[in-house]
Amino acid sequence: MTGLLLLALGASLVNNFVLTNFLGLCPFVGVSRRFEAAAGMALATLFVLTLASGLSFALWHWVLQPLGLEHVRTLGFILLIAGVVQFTELMVRATSPLLHQVLGLFLPLITTNCAVLGVALINVDRQRGLLESLVYGASAGAGFGLALLLFTALRERLDASDVPAAFRGAPVALVTAGLMALAFMGFAGLGAR
Amino acid sequence: MTARHHFPAGLVLEARKRTTAAQPIVAGEPVGRVLLALDQGTGSVLEPVVAVGATVARGTVVARPVDAFGAVLHASVSGRVTAIDLREASTETGECPCIEIESDDRDAREPSLPSAVEFATLDPAALVEQLREAGIAGLGGAGFPTATKLCAGRERGARVLLLDGAECEPWICCDDALMRAQAEGVWTGAAVLSHALGGDTCIVAVEDDKPEAIAALRAALPDARRADWSVAVVPAVYPQGAERQLISAVLGVEVPAGGLPADAGVTCQNVATAAAVAHWARTGDPLTTRVVTVTGSGVARPTNVRARLGTPVAALVAAAGGYRDAPLRLIAGGNMMGRALATDAVGLTKAINCIFVATEADLEGRLHARELPCIRCGDCARVCSVGLLPQQIHRAVLARDDTASVRFGVRDCIDCGCCDYVCPSQIPLAWRFREARRHLQEREQATRRASAARTRYERRERRLREAEAARQQSFEAARAAARLATGAPGTPRPAAGGSGDGAREPGGSSSGERP
Amino acid sequence: MSAEVWLACAVAAALAATCGFALGWAASRLPPATDRLVDRIDALLPQTQCGQCLYPGCRPYAAAIASGEADIDRCPPGGEATVRALAVLLDREPKPVDPAHGPDKGLVVAWIDEQRCIGCARCLPACPVDAIVGAHRYAHTVIAEQCTGCERCLAPCPVDCIEVRPVPQLATLKRWPRAA
Repeated sequence: MTGLLLLALGASLVNNFVLTNFLGLCPFVGVSRRFEAAAGMALATLFVLTLASGLSFALWHWVLQPLGLEHVRTLGFILLIAGVVQFTELMVRATSPLLHQVLGLFLPLITTNCAVLGVALINVDRQRGLLESLVYGASAGAGFGLALLLFTALRERLDASDVPAAFRGAPVALVTAGLMALAFMGFAGLGAR
Repeated sequence: MTARHHFPAGLVLEARKRTTAAQPIVAGEPVGRVLLALDQGTGSVLEPVVAVGATVARGTVVARPVDAFGAVLHASVSGRVTAIDLREASTETGECPCIEIESDDRDAREPSLPSAVEFATLDPAALVEQLREAGIAGLGGAGFPTATKLCAGRERGARVLLLDGAECEPWICCDDALMRAQAEGVWTGAAVLSHALGGDTCIVAVEDDKPEAIAALRAALPDARRADWSVAVVPAVYPQGAERQLISAVLGVEVPAGGLPADAGVTCQNVATAAAVAHWARTGDPLTTRVVTVTGSGVARPTNVRARLGTPVAALVAAAGGYRDAPLRLIAGGNMMGRALATDAVGLTKAINCIFVATEADLEGRLHARELPCIRCGDCARVCSVGLLPQQIHRAVLARDDTASVRFGVRDCIDCGCCDYVCPSQIPLAWRFREARRHLQEREQATRRASAARTRYERRERRLREAEAARQQSFEAARAAARLATGAPGTPRPAAGGSGDGAREPGGSSSGERP
Repeated sequence: MSAEVWLACAVAAALAATCGFALGWAASRLPPATDRLVDRIDALLPQTQCGQCLYPGCRPYAAAIASGEADIDRCPPGGEATVRALAVLLDREPKPVDPAHGPDKGLVVAWIDEQRCIGCARCLPACPVDAIVGAHRYAHTVIAEQCTGCERCLAPCPVDCIEVRPVPQLATLKRWPRAA
C-alpha cells in the first residue's frame, strides 16, 4: 500500500511528467488558455493514460512477451494509444460537442503526447504488475492535469495583464512554465528513503 | 444601546461636518423659478400631467410615475408652468425633461389637499396608498418611492422598522441637523410607518459621532413605546449608513445577494423620510421640501438649508453665503458617492441630500491623476463594505470577461467608493465597475431582444410553412377533383396556385428576400 | 529471421484490425451530439436574420461555425461583443469583425417615411420577424421595438422610403433619449 502511494506521489509530483521530465509540452502550452478547455483536456489525458497503461501491460504480458516480439513494443504501444485516443475522442464528441470543438486538433494529438508512450515504456522497463502500472498511469495523468490546470490559471491572469508586446502570448507563457518547473523542483527527494 | 455587531470593513473617514451640523437649519429663501426633474434617479421616468401655461398651487400633482419605481411629483411653489423640456439635471446623461414653474410669490396651497391625516384610524393598505399619492420617497439619496418599499415590506412580512440616521458620509449632515431639531417628528414618522407595516419594533440607528442627535432622540422617545422602540448607536465607519450594511451591523442579518431587505424581515427608511411622513400626517402636505447640506471649502458658510424641491443649486449656494475659493467641482452628494454637476442651474430633487462645492483639497483621495497598474496589494479587498474582491473584479473587467465579473459580484457592488479611495495605484475602481454594470445591462438587453426576435422569426417561418403546406394540399385536392371530373388520369386543370386562398401576401413568401 | 518478421507483422496487423473493429463498433454506439452546440452558438447571435454572413439566417451560420466551416467574425450586427462571446465559448482568439461582411453600425432600427410610402406592401414579406404592419394602399410602419435592423426591407421598397436610424445606447431604455 505504501509502495503504491509512493509510486503515485512520485509520478504526480516528484517526477511530474510535464514540469520535471518535460514531456507532453504540446498540449500543455496549446490548451492552457481557458480553464474549461484545460479541464477537459486534463480529464481526457488522465483517461487515456490510465487506459493506455492498462492495455499496454496486457499487450506486453499476454502477446508480445510470450511471442518473443519485445522489439515490436513501440509500434504496438503506439497503435494501442492511437486506438484509445480515438475512443476518447468518440466519448468526448458524444458527451460534449462543445468541448470537442474547443479541443479541436489537440485531442487526436494526445497520441503523440510523449508522456503517454513514456508511461507505457517505463512501466514495461520497470517490470511493474498490472495494478502498479495502472496506478502509475493514473498518477502521471493526475500530475499532468495538475500542472496543466495551474498553468492555465496563471495564463488566464497573464492574458488580462499588461505584458510587453514582445512577450505577449507564448513567450511569457514559457517563462512562466520555467518558473513553475523551478517550483516543482522543491518536491525533489520527497518520499526518498 | 451599542451596536450588536462589528462592521468589519469600510473606512474611518475624517468627519468634515461637525460645525455645519451644529448650526440651525436655515429656511430657504423663496425662489422665483423652480425646475422639477422628471427623472428622479430611480431608473423610472415620470410623465407630466400638466401642460405648459397651467396654473398650479403648492402641492398640485404635476407628474405621475409610469411604474412602481417612480414617485408622484408635486409642485413645490404656486404659479404657472412655463416650460416642459430637456434641461440640465443631476442624471447620468446630464439632462432630462424638467417642468419649470414660475412662482407667483403667493405660495397658495392646493385646496384639494387634506389638512391633517388620522393615520392611526386608516387601514394599512389605504395608508400606503395615501403615502404613494403624497409622493413620499426616500430622502437618504436614492429617492425610492416609500409606498413601494412599504408594499414589499407588507408582502414579505418585514415588520421590523429600521430608521437610518447613520449618515456616514464625511461631509453630509442634513440628517444630523434634522434629528437634533425634529426628533419628535422622527418618532411620529416611525409610528406612521409602523402602522403601515403592521409591526411594533422600531430601531433608529445613529453613528456615535452625533451625540447631540442621540440625546435629542432619546429625550423625545415617547414613554409608551420604550419597550419596542430604541436608539442603536453604531461606530462611525463609512459606509455603515448604506441600507444592507446597516441592517447587518445593527441586526446581524445579512440581506441575500440579489434580494431585498424585506426578504430579511427588515424595512429600512431614512430618518428624513420618516420626518417627511410625520409632516404629511400632521399637515396633509405632500413631499415638496427637503433639508439639504450645502458644504465644501468652496462656499462661504457651509450650512443645512430646508429648501423647496426644484430650487436651483445656485440659490442653495447663495443661501450658504455664495462661492468662495475657486471650486473645482460642483457635486450632488458627498465626496464618496456624489455625482458631478455641469452647471448650478440644476434643480433640487428628492434624491439630492448634499450640494458639495469642492476644491481640490476637499477631493483628496478621489481625484485620480494618473492610473498605474494594479500591484495586488489587497487594500481594496480589505475595505470593501460588501465583502467583494475588487482586485478580481477589476481584472475581469479589464479582460472584458463578463462571466467572471458577475461571478466575483460586480452587480452586488454598492458603489461606495472605498476601494477607489485606498487604491495606491489610483485606479478609478468605482467608475470602472459602474461602466461594467452598464455594459452588462446592455448585453442583457441585447440578449433579450435577440431571444424575442428568434421567437418571432421561428413563428413566422412556421406560419409560412403551414401556409405553403395548406396551399399545396388544396392544390392537390383540386387536381384530384379535376381528375375525377374529367376521368383522364393525371390531367391537371390550370388551377393556378391561388386555389381558394384569398388573402395571400402579395409577392408570395419568397420574393423580396435576399438570397 | 523472416519468420519473426512475419510474426511481428501479423501481430501488428492483428492489433490494428482489432483496434479498428473496436473503434468502428464504438463509433456506431456513440453518436455525436451536435445539436446542443449549435444551440449554444445560436444563443450568442443577435438574430437579425440579415444574411450579411452569407448564410440564410442565424441558425445556418451557427451550424456552419459548429461544423468548422465558417469563422466567428462574420456577423456585423453582433459586432465585437458577439465575436468576443463566441471566442470565449469556442476557446479561440477574438478578432475584429471582417469588414468584408459589412460595417458594424451598432443598434439600428428601420423607419418608414409615411409621407412617401405608397402602400405597396412589398416590404411586409421581406421582414423576417414581421415587424412591419400595414396593408395594401395603407401607409406602413415599423414597430421599432420588434425591428432587429436587418435592413432586408430596404431593397424591395420601390420608392426608397425606408431608412435605418441608430438607437441611442443608454444604460437603461427607460431613460429619455437625447433630443436629436
